[in-house]
Amino acid sequence: MNDKEKAEQAPVSAEAAPVKKKKTQSPGVLALQKVVNDVYQAARDAKKEGKLVGWSSSKFPCEIAETFDLNVVYPENQAAGIAAHHDDTRLCTIAENEGYDADICSYARINLAYAMGNETTNEGRRMPMPDFVLCCNNICNCMTKWYENIARIHNIPLIMVDIPYSNYPEVDDDFVAYVRGQFDIAIKQLEELTGKKFDEEKFKRVCGYANRTANAWLKVCDYLQYKPSPMSGFDLFNHMADVVTARGKKETAEAFELLASELEENLKTGKSTLPFPEQHRIMMEGIPPWPHLRELFKPLKEHGLNVTAVVYAPAFAFRFNDVEGMARSYAVAPNSVCLEKGVDWRSQLCKDNKVDGALVHYNRACKAWSGYMPEMQRRWQNELGIPVVGYDGDQADSRNFNAAQYETRVQALVEAMEEADRKKESGK
Amino acid sequence: MNTLYTMGIDIGSTASKCVILKDGKEIVSKSLVSVGAGTSGPSRAIAEVLENGGLKREDMAFVLATGYGRNSLEIADKQMSELSCHAHGAHFLFPNVHTVIDIGGQDAKVLHVGDDGNLVNFVMNDKCAAGTGRFLDVMARVLEVDVGDLAGLGAKSQVQVEISSTCTVFAESEVISQLAKGTDRCDIIDGIHRSVAGRVGGLARRVGVQPDVVMTGGVARNCGVLHALEKELNTEIQTSPLAQYNGALGAALFAFEKCR
Repeated sequence: MNDKEKAEQAPVSAEAAPVKKKKTQSPGVLALQKVVNDVYQAARDAKKEGKLVGWSSSKFPCEIAETFDLNVVYPENQAAGIAAHHDDTRLCTIAENEGYDADICSYARINLAYAMGNETTNEGRRMPMPDFVLCCNNICNCMTKWYENIARIHNIPLIMVDIPYSNYPEVDDDFVAYVRGQFDIAIKQLEELTGKKFDEEKFKRVCGYANRTANAWLKVCDYLQYKPSPMSGFDLFNHMADVVTARGKKETAEAFELLASELEENLKTGKSTLPFPEQHRIMMEGIPPWPHLRELFKPLKEHGLNVTAVVYAPAFAFRFNDVEGMARSYAVAPNSVCLEKGVDWRSQLCKDNKVDGALVHYNRACKAWSGYMPEMQRRWQNELGIPVVGYDGDQADSRNFNAAQYETRVQALVEAMEEADRKKESGK
Repeated sequence: MNTLYTMGIDIGSTASKCVILKDGKEIVSKSLVSVGAGTSGPSRAIAEVLENGGLKREDMAFVLATGYGRNSLEIADKQMSELSCHAHGAHFLFPNVHTVIDIGGQDAKVLHVGDDGNLVNFVMNDKCAAGTGRFLDVMARVLEVDVGDLAGLGAKSQVQVEISSTCTVFAESEVISQLAKGTDRCDIIDGIHRSVAGRVGGLARRVGVQPDVVMTGGVARNCGVLHALEKELNTEIQTSPLAQYNGALGAALFAFEKCR
């Protein structure tokens, strides 16, 4: 049986997910969870009805697919969900047995194993097999080959937009023109695939929702600037799923607006979603190791650390009103901007969100991000003068993380922050 | 004023070390057992340090545990990271210290220490064993020498041999191929010392090297690595016969501060 035949037979048997005790969630959080679950459910329903389903990279403009009424799901989000559900090692190993090297991004390995017809135990994140793929490599270059492989496995169209790394802090007009030209071609390809004309008016409406989502999302992120914060910054990692999978939907904008109003209320009443008193505020750099969220959170809770800065989160707020603006906006992503801009983003975020220290994830999955991080870290650490600790891990391969090493680093970071506080208090 | 005895215990990956301090000033007893976390090492080290000092657990005003196995020690009043403890211990031994290079059994760390002996910043190795005590253990086994003899043999080197600092497995195969070529064992050992120094030197540059520089941890006993690091960083590096007890010493000092 070839890969495509195997893939078409999916889902195969998979272990039932362990039953977990659920904590009470606010209406805003429940609305956000529903939005993401609906994206996956809509794709499964569409497949059953014989409609087209696409797989998309996280920073391919979802506004385009939304305008065409296409059902699209997101392998990066799925891989994060699979990893958080502890089904990562099994799928990574399957991909490795098929010849994909263990050094390749763990999201890619998980998704390629899935694309070859291996079902996940995370029932909520099951995706139908794709009829087309949408790839934009602004977030990483591994994406290009990853999506080429999916397209080959399923013999389906690959709609590719290349957004290279930018060596300059500002995006110039030539750069935008290069991206814009590719968006125009992508739209034509989707017109041919769907047999529909691109509806400019609908696109504007979708952009309106995406802008509302972006504004509400940034408002939510900005609540972390308050000291103490009315929210746990760790929440942002959960809410990321909505900005990744459903930026252009009205329901997403409304859910984030509801969440923002809840946080505003928390601020007035002195409540917080942080389940412990905030003693220190830190930046958490990089995608977290999803399979180890519990281990990751444990020492943060023990030492009263609130993650009040996550550079990855606000980077998903795109705001524009036309295709030209879309090209300019999507040209700027965490891994496509130059070192200087990356340093500025982090320094400013740490200042605005009043952090006392930082935890940097040296993420084996992401060579692009972790490769330039030591120099980037050196620069923003010098600027901010705060203690910073790095730890090793992997966003979606549980084999590359050691909880004991992580705990020691967090404890030492806390001790260094406490020492800095003592000095500040004594006026030294 | 009554005498205050405090105990620091450093439960590392390969050894358990204990120090008892009198009034935060005088080391009255110390012990070292060459097995670490998850073994009988910690309890043996505690029994030994109490016996050496003619003291009982009840005499201890405060017990502070550090090191990899710090959270598993029930008798401890508090746990702290080995990073802060090493900074404090080194400051006790060398009051002008600003940089501590600590190479233990399975990790290497470089600490930036403030004027008062407190931890300001630090870097640690990643999960790779290159540049750690384990790296030297593996090489000593391949060379069929005792790890304690590496320094003396390396000092006899006449010809410079390069050994990779990228990976313990790569380095091991390089050593084997050098042996197969008939390269003098002393030259290989000198290359191994420079390999460790290259790896740890890179860490040190990341945190910044400010004098005085002090080396602690078990590997500090190997003067071949210490001299190679001095050349690598172009600076004088001090150490002490108490280098291996440094984490436990720092823990005992913190214990004294906690109960003062």
